[in-house]
Amino acid sequence: MSLLQRDPGNRVQILDEEGHVLQGASVPEIDDDTLVGIYRKMRLARHFDERAVSLQRQGRMGTYPPLSGQEAAQVASGYALDEDDWVFPSYREHGVGLVRGLSIKQTLLYWMGDERGNALDPDLHFFTVAVPIGTQIPHATGAAWASKLKGEDRAFIVYFGDGATSEGDFHEGLNFAGVFDVPAVYFCNNNQWAISVPREHQTASETLAQKADAYGFDGIQVDGMDPLAVYGVTREAIKKAKNPGPNDRRPTLIEAVQYRFGAHTTADDPSIYRSEDEVEEWKRRDPIPRLETFLRERGLLDDERIDAIADEVREHVADAIEAAESEIRPAPESMFEHVTGTPDWRREEQEAYLRRLREQYGDDTLLED
Amino acid sequence: MSQVEQTGETQNLTLVQAVRDALHHELERDEDVLVMGEDVGKNGGVFRATEGLYDEFGEDRVIDTPLAESGIVGTAIGMAAYGLRPVAEIQFMGFIYPAFDQIVSHAARLRTRSRGRFTCPLVVRAPYGGGIRAPEHHSESTETFFTHMPGLKVVMPSTPYDTKGLLISAIRDPDPVIFLEPKKIYRAFRQDVPDDGYTVPIGEATTRKEGTDISVYCWGAMTRPTMAAADNLEGEIDVEVVDLRTVSPMDKEAIVSSFEKTGRAAVVHEAPRTAGLAGEITAILQEESLLYQEAPVERITGFDVPFPLYALEDYYLPEAARIEDGIRTAVEF
Repeated sequence: MSLLQRDPGNRVQILDEEGHVLQGASVPEIDDDTLVGIYRKMRLARHFDERAVSLQRQGRMGTYPPLSGQEAAQVASGYALDEDDWVFPSYREHGVGLVRGLSIKQTLLYWMGDERGNALDPDLHFFTVAVPIGTQIPHATGAAWASKLKGEDRAFIVYFGDGATSEGDFHEGLNFAGVFDVPAVYFCNNNQWAISVPREHQTASETLAQKADAYGFDGIQVDGMDPLAVYGVTREAIKKAKNPGPNDRRPTLIEAVQYRFGAHTTADDPSIYRSEDEVEEWKRRDPIPRLETFLRERGLLDDERIDAIADEVREHVADAIEAAESEIRPAPESMFEHVTGTPDWRREEQEAYLRRLREQYGDDTLLED
Repeated sequence: MSQVEQTGETQNLTLVQAVRDALHHELERDEDVLVMGEDVGKNGGVFRATEGLYDEFGEDRVIDTPLAESGIVGTAIGMAAYGLRPVAEIQFMGFIYPAFDQIVSHAARLRTRSRGRFTCPLVVRAPYGGGIRAPEHHSESTETFFTHMPGLKVVMPSTPYDTKGLLISAIRDPDPVIFLEPKKIYRAFRQDVPDDGYTVPIGEATTRKEGTDISVYCWGAMTRPTMAAADNLEGEIDVEVVDLRTVSPMDKEAIVSSFEKTGRAAVVHEAPRTAGLAGEITAILQEESLLYQEAPVERITGFDVPFPLYALEDYYLPEAARIEDGIRTAVEF
């Protein structure tokens, strides 16, 4: 029986809370470089996240959605993709972005309110960030469907949170996926909280994974803070999307059970709705020390290598922050670009009007409150 | 892309047949074009707008979808971003609202948000408007919602010829187009329509009747009663009728140049008056041609009430007599 066909309530876990392989669990086939790569990117994601929150606190960046605690789900699932596969992110998938080659500088620019943060390399198979909840799910279904119609051999993974499973677009996107049997993986980052509303207030279903039953395809729950389990499950789902067995449907819903250690965004204060004890309880499952323990036991990491990775990560993030902050503000007229392929008279007139105002009054006067 | 023969022949088509003809032409011309929606496949559409296309092009190009408007438009956006050219049908405009978020938050913004990396060459077709004795929620005319959104084009044809040419333009357009079909006149009259794949440009109005006393602006299903009103007033008031055809972007030049000739204006639309497009046209005339203006601009529109059940719809919709009344008011000011 395939890993994906087990009961949705039977959570896949390979590492225990300390990072030792659970008895009877089988470690997925992952080469050593990939294992260390996952660790390095998880450290990078964590450090980036801490710096980003700090930048917001210092007034150097706008509202930002932190990811700490969710590195295993993001990074290990990103590593499970083949090069040509596509990612449809929500707004918190900075960690997946790192794996797929999205530069930290661009992520920073986006959250610093600069549209150039969205001007991604055309070769990057990473869709634009979706801020409304769950709306990217039908987009991923549509793109996967288009790829299948074109006869390609690609998989599409779309990320969303536990709250998104209450949205109509979740239902419609997964329902279409089942009906048209599209090569997509629906990756739910169940981090327990949709801002202040807990998972059990989103649905009376025992698991989110079991919702896949209603769409006629596999749903599986995985320990989202166990990178090995996340990798194994996602890899199976990606393979099945491309090469389903005779009785398989291509799509899979993965519920990665995890916790966001920080706030929903920097504008949120989680102490209003959840206890510090709860946070501490989940921090015991922190994916980074867990993988570190596993890799030490495998002989792939030691203190020296860990320190080197920490230095490298610090330097990488510091350079990216410097690069993002040294960008001068985009030209105001750039807001008129890319509205439609050919600008119509409205945009032309309004752009000319803004230009005239700037020339006549100067930016300082114009921008005074 | 297959070569399509230029025949030079014409067919005498109704407006809904012209929709079908345009879809057929583009499905044949470009293999990336596909048609999707509720009942558009085997059934050929509830108004027969896709009749026979399923048999000719198959289930992968003329797709019967689940009954889910947001799912239809949402997946079509994904397809469009991935290089296909979906034409999504929403069965009635009154049912477009579940897809509203996908249209305004995503289709309209995808190009901007990705700084031109992704485009959304998507057409959303929907029959709109009253006058067919339909049940509740089947008679809406809410073009204003979409016209308000940067990034969308909104087309509302009034003749079979324009319908085919504008729909072909919409399908070939690199950006999303909301294509609103006046279902009241789907079968009201026929017109010779070329077999060839001609286009009518989006954003260009046309003058249906030249006149010197007043400019009357209209589009879609309101063009017929407006023309009837102009005919009825012949010999009394010389009415110029400007059919906008596209309401976003509007043809400002045509609007202004007609007004500068006549100095008086009326706008006819079946949508409710408040924040309706008559207000936008009035603002354009104020900004561009105040000194030509000889009377307040008359707004001959639907009322600010939910569209009534059909026993009263003829009182709600501007018909020729009401349009004549509005024209007289502007001319006699």
